[in-house]
Amino acid sequence: MWRQAKWDEPIIFELNTSGTERQGVLIPKEEELSQIDINLPDYLRRNEVNLPELTENEVVRHFVRLSQMSYGVDVGMMPLGSCTMKYNPKIEEASQVITEEYHPLQDEKTVQGTLEMMYEIQEWLKEVTGMDACSLQVPAGSAGELAGVLMIKKYHNETGNVKDEMLVADTAHGTNPASASMAGFKVIYIRSNKEGLVDTELLKATAGERTAGFMLTNPNTLGLFEENIADIAKVIHEHNGILYYDGANLNGILGIVRPGDMGFDVVHLNLHKTFGVPHGGGGPGAGAICAKGKMVDYLPYPLIEKSETFYAAIPKKSIGKLTSFHGNIGNVARAYVYILGLGKEGVSQIGKMSTLATNYLIYALKDTKLELMSPERPRKHEVVFSAKRIADETGVTAFDIAKALLDDGFYAPTIYFPPIVEEALMIEPTETESIETIRSFANSLKRILDEAYRNPEKLRDSPYNTAVGRLDQARANHPASVTPSYRIERKRRESKNDLILK
Amino acid sequence: MIHPWLPNLKSKDRILSEMGINEEKLFSDIPHEIRLKGELNLPKVMSELEIKRKLNMLKEKNVKLKYPPFIGGGVCPHYVHEAVKFLISRSEFYTAYTPYQPEISQGILQALYEYQSIMAELLEMDVVNSSMYDWGSSLAEAVLMGFRINGRRKVIIPELINPNHEKVLRTWVEPRGINLIKVKPSNDGTIDVHDLLNKVGDDISSIYIQQPNFYGIFEKNIEEIVDIAKKKRIVTIMGVNPLALSLIKPPGVYDVDIAVGEGQELGLPLNFGGPYMGIMAVRWDAKLVRQMPGRIVGKTLDDKKRPGYTLILQTREQFARREKATSNITTNEALMAIANAVYLSLLGKNGFKELGEEIYRRSHYAAKRFIELGASKKFEGDFFEEFAVSFRKSYEKIHNKLLEHEIHGGLRLNEMDALFCVTEVHSKEAIDELVSIVGEI
Repeated sequence: MWRQAKWDEPIIFELNTSGTERQGVLIPKEEELSQIDINLPDYLRRNEVNLPELTENEVVRHFVRLSQMSYGVDVGMMPLGSCTMKYNPKIEEASQVITEEYHPLQDEKTVQGTLEMMYEIQEWLKEVTGMDACSLQVPAGSAGELAGVLMIKKYHNETGNVKDEMLVADTAHGTNPASASMAGFKVIYIRSNKEGLVDTELLKATAGERTAGFMLTNPNTLGLFEENIADIAKVIHEHNGILYYDGANLNGILGIVRPGDMGFDVVHLNLHKTFGVPHGGGGPGAGAICAKGKMVDYLPYPLIEKSETFYAAIPKKSIGKLTSFHGNIGNVARAYVYILGLGKEGVSQIGKMSTLATNYLIYALKDTKLELMSPERPRKHEVVFSAKRIADETGVTAFDIAKALLDDGFYAPTIYFPPIVEEALMIEPTETESIETIRSFANSLKRILDEAYRNPEKLRDSPYNTAVGRLDQARANHPASVTPSYRIERKRRESKNDLILK
Repeated sequence: MIHPWLPNLKSKDRILSEMGINEEKLFSDIPHEIRLKGELNLPKVMSELEIKRKLNMLKEKNVKLKYPPFIGGGVCPHYVHEAVKFLISRSEFYTAYTPYQPEISQGILQALYEYQSIMAELLEMDVVNSSMYDWGSSLAEAVLMGFRINGRRKVIIPELINPNHEKVLRTWVEPRGINLIKVKPSNDGTIDVHDLLNKVGDDISSIYIQQPNFYGIFEKNIEEIVDIAKKKRIVTIMGVNPLALSLIKPPGVYDVDIAVGEGQELGLPLNFGGPYMGIMAVRWDAKLVRQMPGRIVGKTLDDKKRPGYTLILQTREQFARREKATSNITTNEALMAIANAVYLSLLGKNGFKELGEEIYRRSHYAAKRFIELGASKKFEGDFFEEFAVSFRKSYEKIHNKLLEHEIHGGLRLNEMDALFCVTEVHSKEAIDELVSIVGEI
C-alpha cells in the first residue's frame, strides 16, 4: 500500500535552536576593496534582517524532506482536468544553455542563437494554431488572456466601435471572465445547452452591437468539441466581434484541427500544458499569444523577426508589454525542446493519443454510477463525471472521492468545475499515461465507488496515507486565526491581544 | 512510429478494438471542412543526442563573454549556488501543480509558506503572496488594487521609475482609464518632494516609490512622502530591490500599504527575460489582504490537530469569483519563490549582509574608477549595485570596443550615458579590465 513520507519538519526558522551563528554558503570577497566605507545615513541604514542561520546540509535536508511530502508528475499520475499534467521529458533541461546566463537587455548581436530559437518556436506555434503571428511575451495562460482582451479593446477603440461587452461561455475557465473584467469589459455569460455545448440560438439572441468578442475554449471544459464553431464564428464576426481562443484545452485537438481554421482571431497557448513545460508547483509557466489578420498589429512586443539577423520588433499598434522583458524564455526553451523531441510526427499524434486516453478511461468506468452529460458524444482531452447520484445515495461527495484517490497514490482530479455539473470530477489523463496506468486509476476509482456504498464513513475521513489528514479550512481562513506568515505566528505568540485581520 | 513520450502509440489498435470503435468515432464531432489537411510543417523528430547538438549549435551563435554582462536594468547577474539549483530540481517540486490537494502537497505548501515568511522578514511586512510574474506585473497589480480600494484614477510615479516596469504598468492600467503622473527628480536623483506636493490631490489613487530607483539611487524622503499620501488616503506602493534590503530599511518600516519587487536577484539566473519572480506584500489590514491578487498559503491544523498548510483566502481568486476576482492570475512563479527561500536560507543573516556589502563596495569601486577616467556620475545620490555614468564619447563606440574584448558593458541610456550593474560575480580584475578598455578609447 502506498504511503507518503511523513516528517515532523519544523519551520525553517526553528531548525537552529542553538542560538549560534551558522551559514550555508561563503560570500566571495575582494580584500583590496574592504576599505571602501559603507556610510549609509541613519534614516537609511538597516542593522539586521531576521533570516535563518543554517549550514548547507541543514538547508538541503530540510527541503529534501519537504519535497518528499509533495507530489508531482514524476511521482505518479496527476489527472487534473484542464491542467494537462503530462510527463515533462528530462532533456528539456538541456535547453537552459541558451537562456540561463543571458541578460534580456543584452545587445542583440550577442544573443543571435537564443533569438533564433525564439523565432523558430514562434513559427512552429503559428503552424500548429493556424495563426499569422505569435508573441512569446506572456508568462502564463491568464496573462495571454489579458493580452488578448486588451488587443480586442484597443482594436475596437481604434476602429471607433463602441463595444463594452465580452461574451463568455458558462463552461469557461474562471480566468476568462476575470481577464475580461481586468480589461474593463462587462461579462455576459452564454448558457450551455442540454448537450453541454454553446447554445447557438441563445448566442445569436445575445450577440449585438456592443459585443466586443467571445472567449471560448474548444474543446470546452466538458471535453466536448464545439461542433458548431463555424456558425459561432459567423455570428461573432457579423457583429464585428473578435473570436478569442482559450488554448488551455488545445491538447485534445492538436494535429487534428487548428484554431485559425475554426475562425478564431486571437489565440493564447499554455506552453506548460500543451508543450510539456513542467508546472513547478503552480508556476512558472510560459505562454504565447497569437493573432490572425488585422489583429496581428496589436500583439504585445517583442516579436522576433528575421532579416540578416534576428531582432526584436514592435507590432505597429501593439498593446505594449505584459511583463518587464521578453517573457518566460527559460520555459519557452523547454517547450522548444519538447517540440524538437516529438517532431511533426509526434506532435500530430498528441490530439489523437490524448483523446484515446480519455475515451478509454470513460470506457473503463462505464458500469459505475458516475454520470456523464451527453454520454454518446466522444470526449477530447478530458471528461467531466458527475458524482451526484453517489452523493445522493451515500453522502460521499466528489470531494471525498478526490481525497480517497490520494490514498491510492494518485493525485486527485479537478473537482467542482465546471460549475454547470454537480459534484463534478474533471479528469484529464493526457497522452503520456500508459494504458496500464489508466486502467489502474480506473480500478482505484471503482473500488472507491464500491466502498461509498459499503463504508461511506471511512471515505469521509480520507485521506489516511498522506503526510497530514484533512485540514481545518475554517480555522485557516478565520480572521482571528488566519496565519499567512511566521511573522504573524510569532506576533500571536508574543502578544497578549488576539491578532485579528480586520 | 515508436516514441518514448507516447506510451500507447503501438497499442492504439488493440485499445480501440477493446472499446469496439474505430478512431474516426472519436473525432466524428469535428466537421471535415475545418480539419487540418496535410501534415504540419514542423521539424522532423529528433533523438536526445540530436537535440543537444542543435542546442549547442544555437549556443555557439551567441557571443561567448569573458565575464557576466555589466548590465542590470532591474535584473542582474548573480551567482546561484548549486544547492539552490539542486533543490528546485527535485522532481516532487518541479513537476507538481498548484497544491489544490493540501494533504498530499504539504511539503510544497510548507516551502511556499516559508518563502512568504522569509520575504515577510525581509520586507518587515506581514502578508506576502506566494508570487506574481515579475516586478513590472506586480506593480501593475498593485496599482489596480489601489484603484479598487479608492476608485480614483490618477497615479503618481517617479520619473526615474524603471522604464521596463513603466511599460508594463501602462499596458495593464491605462485601458482602465488610469492616468500616470510623473514626479521630477531633484539634483541628487531622488524624488523632488516639492514637485510631488504640487501634484498630490484628493483625486490621486496611489503613489509609487522605487527604492533604489532606476539609476540605483537610494530615495531619502520616503517617510515624508508616505505621510503626505496618508493624509489624502492615497494608497502607498513601494518597489524594492530585495538585495538592497541587506543594507537599507525595508518598506514595512515606512508603513506603506503594498510592497512589490523582483525576486530574480535572490537566487535566479537571468533566463533571458524569465522566469523571474514578482514579489508582493501588504500590511496586516483586511481591506488590503482581501484585495490582494495571487495565491497565499496559510498555516492551520489537520483533523488530528497536527500543524498543516493549505491555500487560504481563495474567495479572492478567479476560479471562485470569476469576473469579480481580484485578478486573473493562476499560474504564478511558485518554484522561483522556493528558489528565493532556499537562497536566503543558505545565505542566512550574516551571509546576506556580507553579500549586500560586497556588492555595494564593488559597484562603488567601479563607479570611482570611471570617474577617475573623466566620466561623471549622472546624479550625486548614493547608490546600490547600479549606477549611471556620462562619458565624454559616444557610448555606442565604447560598447563595441568592449565587445571586441568579449566584455558586455552597461545598458545604453542615450548618446553618452550608460547604466552599469556590478555585483559579486564581477571580480576586481574584471572591473579593472572593463575600466581600462574604456580608458583606451
